[in-house]
Amino acid sequence: MSQQGYVATPPYSQPQPGIGLSPPHYGHYGDPSHTASPTGMMKPAGPLGATATRGMLPPGPPPPGPHQFGQNGAHATGHPPQRFPGPPPVNNVASSHAPYQPSAQSSYPGPISTSSVTQLGSQLSAMQINSYGSGMAPPSQGPPGPLSATSLQTPPRPPQPSILQPGSQVLPPPPTTLNGPGASPLPLPMYRPDGLSGPPPPNAQYQPPPLPGQTLGAGYPPQQANSGPQMAGAQLSYPGGFPGGPAQMAGPPQPQKKLDPDSIPSPIQVIENDRASRGGQVYATNTRGQIPPLVTTDCMIQDQGNASPRFIRCTTYCFPCTSDMAKQAQIPLAAVIKPFATIPSNESPLYLVNHGESGPVRCNRCKAYMCPFMQFIEGGRRYQCGFCNCVNDVPPFYFQHLDHIGRRLDHYEKPELSLGSYEYVATLDYCRSKPPNPPAFIFMIDVSYSNIKNGLVKLICEELKTMLEKIPKEEQEETSAIRVGFITYNKVLHFFNVKSNLAQPQMMVVTDVGEVFVPLLDGFLVNYQESQSVIHNLLDQIPDMFADSNENETVFAPVIQAGMEALKAADCPGKLFIFHSSLPTAEAPGKLKNRDDKKLVNTDKEKILFQPQTNVYDSLAKDCVAHGCSVTLFLFPSQYVDVASLGLVPQLTGGTLYKYNNFQMHLDRQQFLNDLRNDIEKKIGFDAIMRVRTSTGFRATDFFGGILMNNTTDVEMAAIDCDKAVTVEFKHDDKLSEDSGALIQCAVLYTTISGQRRLRIHNLGLNCSSQLADLYKSCETDALINFFAKSAFKAVLHQPLKVIREILVNQTAHMLACYRKNCASPSAASQLILPDSMKVLPVYMNCLLKNCVLLSRPEISTDERAYQRQLVMTMGVADSQLFFYPQLLPIHTLDVKSTMLPAAVRCSESRLSEEGIFLLANGLHMFLWLGVSSPPELIQGIFNVPSFAHINTDMTLLPEVGNPYSQQLRMIMGIIQQKRPYSMKLTIVKQREQPEMVFRQFLVEDKGLYGGSSYVDFLCCVHKEICQLLN
Amino acid sequence: MATYLEFIQQNEERDGVRFSWNVWPSSRLEATRMVVPLACLLTPLKERPDLPPVQYEPVLCSRPTCKAVLNPLCQVDYRAKLWACNFCFQRNQFPPAYGGISEVNQPAELMPQFSTIEYVIQRGAQSPLIFLYVVDTCLEEDDLQALKESLQMSLSLLPPDALVGLITFGRMVQVHELSCEGISKSYVFRGTKDLTAKQIQDMLGLTKPAMPMQQARPAQPQEHPFASSRFLQPVHKIDMNLTDLLGELQRDPWPVTQGKRPLRSTGVALSIAVGLLEGTFPNTGARIMLFTGGPPTQGPGMVVGDELKIPIRSWHDIEKDNARFMKKATKHYEMLANRTAANGHCIDIYACALDQTGLLEMKCCANLTGGYMVMGDSFNTSLFKQTFQRIFTKDFNGDFRMAFGATLDVKTSRELKIAGAIGPCVSLNVKGPCVSENELGVGGTSQWKICGLDPTSTLGIYFEVVNQCQKFGQYNKEDPTSFRLSDSFSLYPQFMFHLRRSPFLQVFNNSPDESSYYRHHFARQDLTQSLIMIQPILYSYSFHGPPEPVLLDSSSILADRILLMDTFFQIVIYLGETIAQWRKAGYQDMPEYENFKHLLQAPLDDAQEILQARFPMPRYINTEHGGSQARFLLSKVNPSQTHNNLYAWGQETGAPILTDDVSLQVFMDHLKKLAVSSAC
Repeated sequence: MSQQGYVATPPYSQPQPGIGLSPPHYGHYGDPSHTASPTGMMKPAGPLGATATRGMLPPGPPPPGPHQFGQNGAHATGHPPQRFPGPPPVNNVASSHAPYQPSAQSSYPGPISTSSVTQLGSQLSAMQINSYGSGMAPPSQGPPGPLSATSLQTPPRPPQPSILQPGSQVLPPPPTTLNGPGASPLPLPMYRPDGLSGPPPPNAQYQPPPLPGQTLGAGYPPQQANSGPQMAGAQLSYPGGFPGGPAQMAGPPQPQKKLDPDSIPSPIQVIENDRASRGGQVYATNTRGQIPPLVTTDCMIQDQGNASPRFIRCTTYCFPCTSDMAKQAQIPLAAVIKPFATIPSNESPLYLVNHGESGPVRCNRCKAYMCPFMQFIEGGRRYQCGFCNCVNDVPPFYFQHLDHIGRRLDHYEKPELSLGSYEYVATLDYCRSKPPNPPAFIFMIDVSYSNIKNGLVKLICEELKTMLEKIPKEEQEETSAIRVGFITYNKVLHFFNVKSNLAQPQMMVVTDVGEVFVPLLDGFLVNYQESQSVIHNLLDQIPDMFADSNENETVFAPVIQAGMEALKAADCPGKLFIFHSSLPTAEAPGKLKNRDDKKLVNTDKEKILFQPQTNVYDSLAKDCVAHGCSVTLFLFPSQYVDVASLGLVPQLTGGTLYKYNNFQMHLDRQQFLNDLRNDIEKKIGFDAIMRVRTSTGFRATDFFGGILMNNTTDVEMAAIDCDKAVTVEFKHDDKLSEDSGALIQCAVLYTTISGQRRLRIHNLGLNCSSQLADLYKSCETDALINFFAKSAFKAVLHQPLKVIREILVNQTAHMLACYRKNCASPSAASQLILPDSMKVLPVYMNCLLKNCVLLSRPEISTDERAYQRQLVMTMGVADSQLFFYPQLLPIHTLDVKSTMLPAAVRCSESRLSEEGIFLLANGLHMFLWLGVSSPPELIQGIFNVPSFAHINTDMTLLPEVGNPYSQQLRMIMGIIQQKRPYSMKLTIVKQREQPEMVFRQFLVEDKGLYGGSSYVDFLCCVHKEICQLLN
Repeated sequence: MATYLEFIQQNEERDGVRFSWNVWPSSRLEATRMVVPLACLLTPLKERPDLPPVQYEPVLCSRPTCKAVLNPLCQVDYRAKLWACNFCFQRNQFPPAYGGISEVNQPAELMPQFSTIEYVIQRGAQSPLIFLYVVDTCLEEDDLQALKESLQMSLSLLPPDALVGLITFGRMVQVHELSCEGISKSYVFRGTKDLTAKQIQDMLGLTKPAMPMQQARPAQPQEHPFASSRFLQPVHKIDMNLTDLLGELQRDPWPVTQGKRPLRSTGVALSIAVGLLEGTFPNTGARIMLFTGGPPTQGPGMVVGDELKIPIRSWHDIEKDNARFMKKATKHYEMLANRTAANGHCIDIYACALDQTGLLEMKCCANLTGGYMVMGDSFNTSLFKQTFQRIFTKDFNGDFRMAFGATLDVKTSRELKIAGAIGPCVSLNVKGPCVSENELGVGGTSQWKICGLDPTSTLGIYFEVVNQCQKFGQYNKEDPTSFRLSDSFSLYPQFMFHLRRSPFLQVFNNSPDESSYYRHHFARQDLTQSLIMIQPILYSYSFHGPPEPVLLDSSSILADRILLMDTFFQIVIYLGETIAQWRKAGYQDMPEYENFKHLLQAPLDDAQEILQARFPMPRYINTEHGGSQARFLLSKVNPSQTHNNLYAWGQETGAPILTDDVSLQVFMDHLKKLAVSSAC
């Protein structure tokens, strides 16, 4: 995708250029001339309007402003705030807020508002920031409270006079209030005397050598100061980011005042509230535009005409009526579609509609499928398409009379008339040329030296014997229709003939890796049950066959090619399971060099690290998709293997990438086997094409996920499984009407595991409104973050990371500022007011910004970044939520009698305690953190050892100890693991031991180890941005 | 020696040499006038049960450019222990081992009866023979089964220490690894891709640097030559495995849609076989044995496309320049043949199919390397089975009747120059003073390489060039009736007549493959056999007397005769009309007509005798008057009676032949007329 193209057509460019996150915006970033602009204001008020075309000219803040963001230096200098302890600590507390509350409520009519307001009220108290007072005499203010790590003080930057100006402009009445969503502006004085932004408080405790000024004995709050300096090194880490992150011990330790973390919006609180109000209930999808429960809330979903949120979640359930409004709000309009999402057993599975040879009923014009949005008229003889409004004749076989309210008499008998999601049996017209054959699984094992030596080959062969019993089959069938095949390879390929009538498998070596081909037809892909003995024979022999192999070199592209050719020859779709360990350096297409160049980090060329090294893989992926060949890759790297290149085909073919660094049999075995088993068994459709149709007025413009697109509308996927989501962005191309709303129909044409061609249809109706408030009210932050993450991670391939981070920050600020300006009740400009539905947007956004993909740090392995980038691209909302904001559960407070999960706590070190045991999970990793003073009975109960010191951390599975603690903990881990696409490897972390560093990276509210602001700092930063925009 | 003729025959018996002229012209002028080329047929390995092997090395002339071998014609000075080379006149000292030499104590090579002698050279390591089977799997089921059985049987006939390898091909080419236990393993190649020798060796892992690690290990250096080729293993080690492997061999599994030929990658298969041996065992005795059941239809060396509606090229196409694959394919096989010859290996082609298999294009593989070419209708025929079996027959010493890697070095005295050789050989490009500038056959050299030969392999060596025969008759000018030839030339025109009609010159009614096949054998058989090919022998069996040879003439076809014709490639037994009726009436089963039974049996026994000895085994045709197969006989006989002159000759004598060909009589008349005409 050419950035140029995007540059040319930035939809938002007129009014608020550069702020949206839509791809076009990245295009902007590509253009250096724009880079400075991001600070862009949200409202092109007055003079800005003029600049708007260019878009990015910072309105309020004088020139330097933007630059600051652009440069690391700016940040560093940004710290000066320290020197300006500035804002007098205003300690207004609840009392001060109180008065505002009512007004806030009024301004926020929504149904939820009341509860949220109250909740926010308290949070907001902490958010109040009146620190802008550049004029304030900082030192004088004895900060009563805890140190604040916030960066809000940007305005006061002594060294940069220019900044001061804006500051002064901004300077509102000293106490700025951070308003919650429509909540009362609670003036909370916020200041930080010594600019100690750094890591949030508590971590200082265990920081090894006492840093200057560190007082060990002191309680938490004071210690923070000390931790600051230590983090100084990290400042650099956030070049493009927002100011304020890094702390500097510039001045003498000064009294600090801290923003109370408990007072800023808490994701945990939001999640718990939603759970409390909606958990365990039945959610019926009968109303257009209703907002579903959060992904973290368990409830039963009843399809009554709209697709279950398990299938589709939207960033907002109320679209703005006009594109102007959309541009104004800058809220991405997107849907995260997981067409094959797993449906719990207590909800009804999708109905299968079979119209026989006539096939599905479709609108003649737009080809939308019959669905609840079709309006029957003229006594049932015709129907009007809800998408394009075309009036169609009802085919004779489909005719039915209407009842008194104009509904067909068979409304409730036909799934396609009454349900949001259902399936059609596809006719021959929907097949490539003839009905497809059942798919095949091909297992391709790297048998080079390292895989043999570490026992992996043996393990795979051994386990496949049992796992193959579990290949998916239709429920009514006795055995699976999926055939299996086997290939081993190093720098040549070995195909195996495992035809059932053979006494011994036969190996066929293909050495022509330059132009790989399939050496056999019959006997390569076989029915597992029929060939079981030959297959077992083969799997028994493979490890021995290569036991003496010294071959270190491998090929990779030819392996995929071989699998694809095999499927092609067998004329069936399928999935390749590749078990690979090394950089493919053997002479062959797709040969890779080690190009891991850390010097590129933090430069404009950094994107190269995320791009494949050669275009071989790109064209290979296209071929694979064209033939319905999905590639799932299990990687076992011991060094750089160029995930960006190797992972491309899996990504574009709807496959999955698994990575096990430095695979060690005793530690990683279980994780790998779980992944493998899960991947083999998971529900999957092949050779899929997805089409997203919309009602008039808007359309799908961009798609993110494990997909390939050869044109602008057809989303092609070699396969799609129950964990893969495609995020679709919509744009207006006309006005939407509040009456008809915005309708979405997602149709996936695919081949089932038994070789049946089907269409899976998901329909969803959204509201439309010309009131911005309605829009804000209907947003879902989890979906927003999913969208932001995917669009940012896609942009990583083309844009400097700095630019992307700026965009994210700016768009966040922009969205919030728009709300502040248009929806919130009037309040002091310095108040931070968040819409209820986006209360946790800043914290989640900060988590996204701190993800290693967006963090330009040479310490982070290039492969790991590429890996995570790829994972996120296919994540559904629930997975991305957990991934960016891990779940942290206190274990020491476990109620062994309850089957409920313990209430989570926020991901911050301040939530940990020496006496505590915590379980952290993010969907990829799981940590059990043990405080130095963990209760011995728990340790005994969990590990069956007498004391903390006896715990052996070299394990990835908890021992099965026959007591309630052990059982309960393992049950909890089981629940967390459940439904997650990746098996999480458990790491036992003891407080104050080296591995804790790894663990701490997941405490995402704190300042990051490798950089990245703390939540509080980021919030302040966003606030500052908003203030700038509002001015 | 009673007569001159006996002398000639005796020479041939002893030395395997037979000259076209046994008195040589003394001058160049005379030679150019002789018209019939001065040449000899040489059968280098002519079987000599009486010849004791000499267990030492030959003594060579010390002149580096000569190196002639000491022989009975050399002048020897027994006292000075010197001998003079009779080619270059160099005087040579006898080696020390010949110290005791004297007139009465001569080494064998000086005795006149040892004008042919065989030295057994002890030098060098003995390397085992190599047999690499290259097997087409695009066969009908029963054909493949028969072939598999023949191959399995052959394993028991191979010398136990011989190395054997297996390549199978169809749409793909598979090189089977024979060393592995358990899982059978093969390397597979695309049938459409032309690979260089280097690529093939790389892909088979035969190149050295592939295994540095292993070489670092001690031990097993001895086994290395074997280890380096997992594809060629001693028969005794793997005959069980290979038997099983052959047993499991399936027909090419790739589907062949209607109207198509199977995709057959003969060209690549052969290329891989050549490359494999080239990389592993250069300059050792090796046979690549190609068994194919149809034409190559893809890849390099393809002879015809896979569309059945487009037939394989005919002579007609070739003349019209319509054989679009021929040139390229021929080039491919020539390249392979030359490489094979350079490595001293030979290629056999066993082609069994009803249609052509591309022998025309592939012929050089056998021709240049001394390999066999066998053509049959099916692998499931005794023709193939017995011919194949006969390859492994042994001589009276228990040695295989095959030899490899021969160098033929012809030396002449100064008066004579070598024009070239025709036969299963390639030039070694050794130019010397005795090499003529006029080339005939493979010329420009005095040395040839013969990669594979057997006791009957015969080459023609040419010393001068002539072309016509008018010098040998006596006649009166302008009077054809006065023309007479000398005795020794009396049969010459007759042979010329039949040579004209033979498949060697006559392509009508022969496919290009058949022509190639016949010419292949013609070029390497000795005098007797080649004469049979030119003019088949016809024997008559009747109650009128003992079996007798009769004229190869339609007049010999009589109702009360049984005829036995031997064309070398075919043995035809033909029952005359009456005989056939008698047999039909079952007289032979009646005790009182036992003599008829014997009469019927006699030609069968004789035919059997020929069949037993002949290689390749001839097609055996047992037919009778009016039988469709009688055409084999009718097409060979001199058409003295045709539909044109039938009535003139009378019905009772012989059978008319429906042909427009001229008869021998007409040919002779014309020849005489030409010879006596003053125009010459």
